[in-house]
Order: sequence, then C-alpha cells, then structure tokens
Amino acid sequence: MIRIQTLTKQYGPITVVDDVSMSIERGSITVIVGTSGSGKSTLLRMINRLVEPTSGRVLIDGNDTTAEPAHLLRRRIGYVIQGHGLFPHRTVAENIATVPKLLGWDGARTGARVDELLRIFQLDPGEFSRKFPHQLSGGQQQRVGVARALAAEPAVLLMDEPFGALDPIIRSKAQDDLQDIQRRFGTTVVLVTHDMDEAFRLGARVAVMSEGKVLQYDRPAVLLTRPADPFVARLTGTADRAMKLLSLTTAGEVAEPGTTQGPTVAATASLREVLSDLVWSGAQAATVLKADGTPGGRVTLAGILAHGRQS
Amino acid sequence: MWAALAFGAILMLVAATALGISNARVRLAVAVAGVAVVSLAIAAAGTALTPPGNGVVRVSPGTGFWVLLIALGLMATDAITRLRPGPGMRVLFLVLFAAIAGATFAHGTFDHLSIMREYAVNAGRFAHEARQHVFLAVGSLGAAVVVALPVGILCHRVPRIRAGTLGTLNLIQTVPSIALFGILMVPLGALAAAVPWAAEHGIRGIGTAPAIVALFLYSLLPIVVNTVVGLGRVSPATVEAARGMGLTNRQILTDIELILALPVILTGIRIVLVQNIGLVTVAALIGGGGFGTFVFQGIGQTAIDLVLLGAIPTVALAFSAAVLLDALVDVMNRARQ
Repeated sequence: MIRIQTLTKQYGPITVVDDVSMSIERGSITVIVGTSGSGKSTLLRMINRLVEPTSGRVLIDGNDTTAEPAHLLRRRIGYVIQGHGLFPHRTVAENIATVPKLLGWDGARTGARVDELLRIFQLDPGEFSRKFPHQLSGGQQQRVGVARALAAEPAVLLMDEPFGALDPIIRSKAQDDLQDIQRRFGTTVVLVTHDMDEAFRLGARVAVMSEGKVLQYDRPAVLLTRPADPFVARLTGTADRAMKLLSLTTAGEVAEPGTTQGPTVAATASLREVLSDLVWSGAQAATVLKADGTPGGRVTLAGILAHGRQS
Repeated sequence: MWAALAFGAILMLVAATALGISNARVRLAVAVAGVAVVSLAIAAAGTALTPPGNGVVRVSPGTGFWVLLIALGLMATDAITRLRPGPGMRVLFLVLFAAIAGATFAHGTFDHLSIMREYAVNAGRFAHEARQHVFLAVGSLGAAVVVALPVGILCHRVPRIRAGTLGTLNLIQTVPSIALFGILMVPLGALAAAVPWAAEHGIRGIGTAPAIVALFLYSLLPIVVNTVVGLGRVSPATVEAARGMGLTNRQILTDIELILALPVILTGIRIVLVQNIGLVTVAALIGGGGFGTFVFQGIGQTAIDLVLLGAIPTVALAFSAAVLLDALVDVMNRARQ
C-alpha cells in the first residue's frame, strides 16, 4: 500500500500540489485524473521522487521513500511515460534489460525475463529482441516501454499519460493489456491521465485533481452518482452520466436466472454495450454467455435501465 | 613520339568524357586514368630534361599542369560523391590513394621534379616538421576536448551561462590567427621572464607554447557548440525515462546523453582537427614549426617548390583527417539512426 501524507510541492510562490493525503490500495489500478496544470503529474512524480516534496511524505508498505537514495528507490518502482522514452541507441532487449542490469541480475535470468515479457506483450522474441526502437510501430514502442518498466518485477508501477500518444484503436488494446498484466502480476498501478473515459475504464479508484488538490477520491460509480464538487460533476460529464454508469458494470455481474430469445452477449461486456445491442436488435433481453460459452443467465432492458438510474 | 601521341589521345578522351558522359563510374575511372597519365607524363618530362648525374637542374611543372591536376582531382571527387560510397568504401579509397602515392615515392617516380628535389635536400627536417605539425594539431585538439567537453556539458545543464560562454568563444574565433599568435607572445613572454621554471619547460613567447595555446583557443568553440547542440538533441523523454528507472546522474550522462550526442560532438572534433591542420601552418611564423616552415621559407626565397613542399602535405593531411572522421561519424549515425 502507498500512503501519501500531507504532500505539498511549491515552486516559488506557486503551489502545484497542495496538502494531498490519500491511500492507494495494493494490487489495484488507481487513476489520478485532472486537467493540465492540476498537479497530477507532479503528485505521481513525488512517489518515485523525480520531484522532491516541499513537505509531507510518501510511505510504501510502511517505509518512508526518503529512507534510501532516490535512484535505488526508483529501481524498485516501474515508470512509464507518454512517448515511451525508449533509448534509441539500444535494442528492444537491451532497453527491457535496463533495470535488471542496474540491479546486477545475471545474464541468464535477465534474458529469460526479457523473453517472457516480450511474449506476454505479443512480441516474438526472435523477431523483436534485436530491433531498435525506431524500427517499431507506435503501439509496439509503447508495449516495450511498459515491458521495460515491469522488467525487474516491481510491486508498484507508475504511469504518466502512458497511452496519450496512441491512436484510439491501439489505445483501447493497450488499456486491455494493462488490465491483463495488472491481474497477472498483481502490480499496484498508479496512472495519471486527463482522459475521463480512460480513468473510468481502468481505475478501481479514481482521484480527481484540480489546482493541486484532490477534490474526490473514490470508486468511479460514486464519482458519477455522488460528485463531491461541481468540478467533479463537470469533469465526469452530466450529459451521458447514465451511459457512463452503465459502462462500469458488466453483464456477468448483474445477470439474472433464465434465458431469452434475444441476442447473446459476453459476460465481460458492459451494460452500455448490452443496451446498445438491445436497441439495435429491438429485443427486450439478452442471453449472457460465460467465458466457456455456456449460458449464464440473462439481462433485461428494464434491469439495465434500473442500473443506470441515479441511486 | 608514340608516347606523346598516346598522351594526347588520352587527354582528348578525358575531355570528351568530362563534357559528354554523366555515368559516375565511367567519369571516376577516366579521371583517375587522367591523373595517372598526367602525373606519369610530368615525371617522364622531369627525367628526360635532367642531364644524368646533374643535381643542380630544377624541373618545375608549369601552371597548366597544376590546373589540369586540380580539374581532374575535382572530377574524381565529384564522381565519388555521386556514387555515394559507404564509410568503409571511402576509407578504402583513401588507403588506396595513400598506397599509390607511397609506392611512387618509394619507386622514385617523381625524383627528378623540383619539388622532390627540395624534399631530398630537406628530408631530415621534413620528418621533424611533419611530426611537429601533427603534434601541434592533435595536441591542441586533445587539450581542447578535455576542457570543451565539460564546458559544453555545463552550458547544456545551466542555460544561464550558455550565451555568455558561447559569446566569449565566438569572440576568440573572430580574432585573426596571426593576430592571436602575436597577442599571445606578450603574456607568455612575460611569464617566461617571470617564472624561470616555465622557460625551462619551453613556455616562451615564441615557439610551441603560444602555438598550442592559440590553436587550443580556436578549438574550443566548435567542440563546445557541438556538445551543447548534441546534448540538446537528446529527447527529454529519454532522459526522463532514464532517471525514472533509477540511473544515477553520472550513468545518465555517460550511458545515455553523451553516447547519443557523440556523432554531433565528433562532427565538432572533425571541424577542429581539419581547421587546426590548416592553422598550424601559420604557427611557423612564431617559430612553432610544422609544414608552415617550408611555406614561409619558400615565400621568403620566392621558391614556389618549397611552398608546395609545405602546402601539399598540409592539404593531404587535412583531407585524410576529414575523410576518416566523416567515415566515423557516418558509421555511428548508421548504427543508431
């Protein structure tokens, strides 16, 4: 768990991060969202001490981050930035091996880890190990950037607008990949973004920042239904908040017993997607299919509408 | 008789090729053949015109020969440029050229020409001045790299001092070389007079010391500028990622920033080396030695062959240095785009 205690950062007379306290759960994705200049990146960068706080402190698993030199702390924390920041003069394999090499892993262990990560990110080691970053597509570069951050098996992964430079289709795929990776390794992920949809899609908990302060820090559904502040309501958007709320729940979570003649939907599909399917096909209910393809109940139009209602 | 006709025919062929054929390979082959034929012809003329056993006669090529040689040389280099050879190929061309030149000297092909007569008279001094020339050019470069690299890094890190530092170095660059050599005679002379130890170690108003200092000062600007530009071109995201992954400041500088800036820094070093090889010639005026000694001696005696004895090796040295360092920069750029 990461505990941020009364953290403040001032540059001269300007307060960029203003007395922020929050706890980040272990093994989940926490998203910090805000407009540019809200202090969200500075807050993230104070966790791995790329920015030294003016006051306050950060505890990771109870240990003060200032207890060791900053560069040693950073080797235990994964870090991904927008535009990947890969080393242009090093191959993909050398890039991924950066932190293991700093930590003094032996060659065999490093090599095995690099190959494992490349496979996880659907990059064939035989083909990609020796390539240089400029020989990869944008999506591949981004995946190598995340693989490099995960190379030394960090418990914490910090991501600063990691998908900002990707086009929408690749971004969606990268977001899915991140969720898979997070579940697979149980990594604690802290992600900064200005994109509310991305925050709602990825975050188990979302912190909304404005002018250096955290206005609200809660589950996405709470942010939608009970915004603590007009700014939060504005940022989450009032026009389609019902749809956003529906997108936070999957069909599998609300399926009720029974079957129907209507279309079939995957258990992982959001209620927003199911609603779209139902409107499109003119049906009243859809059959939910579990991962193994067997029926797992149904979702009705009335049930979906009830979930989208302000609670 | 037949040889003269063949010579004339080949020159006609060369002229026709230069005007009418655009294929770079053909032009290169013809230009090289032209250089060879003209050189052999002048060597033969020297041998024919010198009575056997006579050491006083001087046979000098006329202006026409030099113009023809320069024109053919331009034609050859132009053809090579158009062929776009890789760095290895260019070095190979250079080695080949040096080998042919070396072979003709070993064989004594040109021994009856006046310039080689001058060489024969000055052979001992030539070797000494060649060493001195290289020592001044490379030594001042080495000292400049040691100073300019940290200054460049500092200018990159601290933008506040950048304008002032570059402005000062720019000012030095605008001082004419002869003036700078002259200016340095005063403080170094005073130093030698005041500190006997300095004088004992060769630090005087004239000679090697002011030459090295002046060349060193000229060398600073290109290296500092290219270091600043090279480091400035390193993507901030790359440096940010390196810091975020836990590289120490020193590792970021040596393993990331300097490595990525190296091709640009080397380009600066190339500029300085070529510039220094030329400037060293002027250092002969203040007793610095080098090939300039022959040049100024030749000017003093209106002995144009002596001037050429200094000028031709200087040009060859500068040209070789440029080709070698350009090839090195090319190799680095290719390795990492």
